[in-house]
Amino acid sequence: MEDLIEGLLSGKVRSLAKAITVVENDQPGKRELLKRIYSKTGNAYLLGITGPPGAGKSTLTDKVIANLRKQGKTVGVIAVDPSSPFSGGAILGDRIRMQQHALDDGVFIRSMATRSHLGGLAKNTVDVIHLLDASGKDVIIVETVGVGQDEVDIVRIAQTTVVVMVPGLGDSVQIAKAGVMEIADVFAVNKADRDGADKLFSEIRAMLDMVKGDIKPDIFRTVAVDDVGIDELVQGIFAHGERVAASGLTEKKLAQKAESELRAYLVDNIMERSTGLTLYDEVVKRIAAKEITPMDGVEELFSCLGMTTGEN
Amino acid sequence: MAKKIKVLVAKPGLDGHDRGAKVVSRALRDAGMEVIYTGIRQTPEQIVATAVQEDVDSIGLSCLSGAHNKLFPKVVSMLKEKGAGDVLVFGGGIIPDEDIPGLKDAGVSEIFLPGTSTEDTIEFIKNNVK
Repeated sequence: MEDLIEGLLSGKVRSLAKAITVVENDQPGKRELLKRIYSKTGNAYLLGITGPPGAGKSTLTDKVIANLRKQGKTVGVIAVDPSSPFSGGAILGDRIRMQQHALDDGVFIRSMATRSHLGGLAKNTVDVIHLLDASGKDVIIVETVGVGQDEVDIVRIAQTTVVVMVPGLGDSVQIAKAGVMEIADVFAVNKADRDGADKLFSEIRAMLDMVKGDIKPDIFRTVAVDDVGIDELVQGIFAHGERVAASGLTEKKLAQKAESELRAYLVDNIMERSTGLTLYDEVVKRIAAKEITPMDGVEELFSCLGMTTGEN
Repeated sequence: MAKKIKVLVAKPGLDGHDRGAKVVSRALRDAGMEVIYTGIRQTPEQIVATAVQEDVDSIGLSCLSGAHNKLFPKVVSMLKEKGAGDVLVFGGGIIPDEDIPGLKDAGVSEIFLPGTSTEDTIEFIKNNVK
């Protein structure tokens, strides 16, 4: 463990990779590991890249990495892909687009499977971010799974969230819907050389005209495969970060992030302890037999754990 | 939860025939493994760097160009250099029988030839990853 922590803090690739495995799989030593590095986190810029499947998130991420490297920044990437709900297996293919960086010491890429975690990220994504952060990466990019409408966890974690959109996915009602469209700090209209890109651009702009709030998202046109529009996008990302800092919202965001981390562990802990009770299966049966309500079930489990539901 | 077996499926060398690699990737996925697929035309350096960052348990190498005798042992020796000699390396593709002993001597654990059932590959990985 000592070697692992020391290696990680001095930026050794293999130590970082091994530490991520410990954290990702909730292996013994995880708590100690995080405790030791936690105070050394908070220095990296956290960038989220999200959007529907096939929008070009991985390709865009690849080009953003290249751009950041030209500026001399080191980059950590977490690329999340879905796990099969049936076999639990996964094909993690985001890296294919990023292999030009495989031999660059300043870039560390890790693929994570969601392992049936909802929200667009893998269960332990935040802890992996901490490790990359502690290892000294300047910018950490989290590429979410291809999202639909409601996988918005990334916004609670990232300093800047880029929503990647492409023409041809729907009309202006889709743009107006709640969820993913609301979480963008920056929009990238990718595949901007295709038909419908101008229409999409103006629809997003029209939607943003109705947004209340101090900081309105900028929209950028990109053609990631051809490396078009990336400079402007990256400038726009950091410009957003500066605006957040200048408006004094940083503390609020950090508190929000801390709370979402705490919540995740609270929920996990309570779930694990409750489902671990021998009473658990019994309670499930009684609910199925209509003997008790699910709310009564919670009370029975909680009282077994020495807790109350706080209700009368 | 049992630790997921993590496998890197990689195609070293210059041939672009990745149907086999994709079929194997899919079969491993359906067997509950997490498979990282990095696409065609990878150098041994890229494959090893990826394997180290991803901390995989195993690497499956697919080569149909005839360069396996050079590329597969290179991956194994570079893994050792990086301190990742414990990664299980297996290979597949158009590989003449007479080349197999040499590849195994070089540290490739198993070679799967055309016609192999994906079940055999899955069993092999499950039984041999450390």
